[in-house]
Amino acid sequence: MSRPSTRAARYAALALVALAAPWLLPSYTTQMTFLWLMVVFALTWDIVGGQMGYNSFGNVLFFGIGAYACAVVQRDCGLGYFGSLALGTALAALAGTLAAAILGPGILALRGQYFAIGTLGLGIAAADIAAGWRYIGGGSGMVTPLFPGAVGARERFFYYLLLVVAVLTFATLRWLYAGRFGLTINAIRDDEEKAEAMGIRTTRHKTVAWCISALFLGLAGAVAGNMLGFIEPREFAFAGSTYGVWMVLMAMLGGRGTLWGPVIGACVFHITQEVFWTYLLGWQRVAMGLFILVVAVYFPRGIVGWFRQAR
Amino acid sequence: MSDLLQVRNLTKSFGGVVANREVSLSVPSDAIVGLIGPNGSGKTTLFNCIVGYQPIDRGSITFAGREVSRLRVPEIARLGLIRTFQQTRIYRNMSCMQNMQISVRHESEGLRTMFSKFVSEVNAQADALLEFVGLYDRSLLPAGELSFGQQKLLELAMALMNRPKMLLLDEPTAGVNPTLINGLIDRLQRANSEFGITLLVIEHNMRAIMHLAQHIYCLAHGELLASGSPQAIQNDRRVVDAYLAVQ
Repeated sequence: MSRPSTRAARYAALALVALAAPWLLPSYTTQMTFLWLMVVFALTWDIVGGQMGYNSFGNVLFFGIGAYACAVVQRDCGLGYFGSLALGTALAALAGTLAAAILGPGILALRGQYFAIGTLGLGIAAADIAAGWRYIGGGSGMVTPLFPGAVGARERFFYYLLLVVAVLTFATLRWLYAGRFGLTINAIRDDEEKAEAMGIRTTRHKTVAWCISALFLGLAGAVAGNMLGFIEPREFAFAGSTYGVWMVLMAMLGGRGTLWGPVIGACVFHITQEVFWTYLLGWQRVAMGLFILVVAVYFPRGIVGWFRQAR
Repeated sequence: MSDLLQVRNLTKSFGGVVANREVSLSVPSDAIVGLIGPNGSGKTTLFNCIVGYQPIDRGSITFAGREVSRLRVPEIARLGLIRTFQQTRIYRNMSCMQNMQISVRHESEGLRTMFSKFVSEVNAQADALLEFVGLYDRSLLPAGELSFGQQKLLELAMALMNRPKMLLLDEPTAGVNPTLINGLIDRLQRANSEFGITLLVIEHNMRAIMHLAQHIYCLAHGELLASGSPQAIQNDRRVVDAYLAVQ
C-alpha cells in the first residue's frame, strides 16, 4: 500500500484528467461518456459477481428499469427540464433498488449456475415485457425530452453527470469494501455454508448487495437514457447480449473481486472495442471474441489479479 | 448444575437408513463432554441435527432452555451455539485477520451495523485470539495458504471470536500433526476454563478425548450404546466390541 499522501495525489491527478477531458478532446466526449457508463456497469456487476461470488447475467434489468422510470417521470410530471430530470433520476434509483429488494430474496436463493441462468431469464423477460407495454412506448421505445441548450453543452452536461455517477459508485464501494459489509459478502463468496454456521444473515446481506448494485445501475440508466435521447427496449434498456455480457467481461478482464479491477477492465475493454470498430470494421466482433478468449485463458484472474500475482 | 444442551429421543433417518434412533444426551453448563463411536455411527448427523442443518424426524433439542429443533442454522448460531466442521472450513481467500473480524457475534444487524467499520476492540480481540492459537504472525496471510493443522486452529479461533455459549467440535484433532495435538487439547481446555465455553466434542483419538472430556457418550449404529466417565467407557465391554467391529 502506498502512503496516503501519494494516494491522494494520484486521485487528484485522475480527477483533473477526467474533468478536463471534454475540453481537451471535445470530439471524443460521447465516447468518454460511454466509458463512464462502462465503469459503472463493471463496478456494479462486481459487487455481486466478484465480491460476493454470484454471477449475474441479469443486472442490466436495473439499468433498463432506471432508464424507463426516469423517462416516464419526465414525460408525466410536468416540471421543467432539469427539475423533471432530477426527480426522474432519483425515482429511477429508487425503482431499481425496489426491484432488487423484491426479486433478491427469491433469486439469490439460487446458487452457482442456477443463479446465472435465473438472472439471464430476468433480463430477457424484462425486454419482452417492455416491448409489449404500450404505456412505455412498446416496441418503438420512448423519446426523452429535448435538452434546452447548445449542442456542445448537452454533451458536456451528460459527460459530467455520468462522471458523477461513476465517482459516486466508486466512492461508495471503496467505503463499503473497507468495512464489515465488504468482509461479509467476501465470506459468502468463500463459503456460504460456513457463513451461515457462524450466524451471518446471508439472505439479508445478499439482497442489500444486489440493491446497492441496482441503485447505481438505476441512476446510470436514467442518465444514459437522456444522453442518447431515445430508449429502445431490446437494444438499449435491457440489452442482455451486449451490456449484460459486457458487464461480466469487463469485471473479469480487470480482475473480479478487486476495487480497481472493474475500473481498469472497463477502460481497457472500451478502448479496445473502439479500436476494433475503427480499424477492423467487419471483423470487430471476431477480434473481440479472440481478445476475450486470450484473456480468459491466459489471465483468468484479470489484469489486477495478474499484477498482484507477479509481484 | 443445569443442562445447557438437552437432546431427547432424537430420531433422524435418510430414506430407510436410520442415522439416529431415540438418542438422548445432555451437556451441563461449563462441561466438556465427548461423543465417540465407530465410523458411520451417526455422530456427525447428530451434530447436523443439533445445529439445524438437517431437520429432525422426532424428538426435541433444547439449548439454554429454548426449543431449537425448528430453528434455522444462523438463528441457532446467533443464540450462541457454534459448530466447527470435520472438513475444516475457513474463508480461503481472506486473510486470517479478516477471517477473525467477520466471525464476530452477529446479534442485531440493521443497515447501520452492516455498513460500519470494525471497532478497535474487535481488532484487539482478533489479535489476542490469533496469539492464543499461535497464528499471530500469520494474520495477514490468506487463510487458504495455511497448513491443514493451522486451518483447524484458525477455525477454532474464529469460533471463539464469536463468544459462543457452547461449541460443537467435529474431530478437532483429525489430520493435525501429532506434535500439535497436545497443544490443541490444551487450547480447548483453556477455552473451557478461561472463556467459560461449554464443549461437545466428537473425537476418534481416544487418548485425546479420554484426557479432555469429563463425560463421554458412545454411539453405535445410530443408537446410544453407553455413557459415563472416561474410565467407565474405557472398561465398557460393549464399547470395546463396537470399536473392534464385532457386528
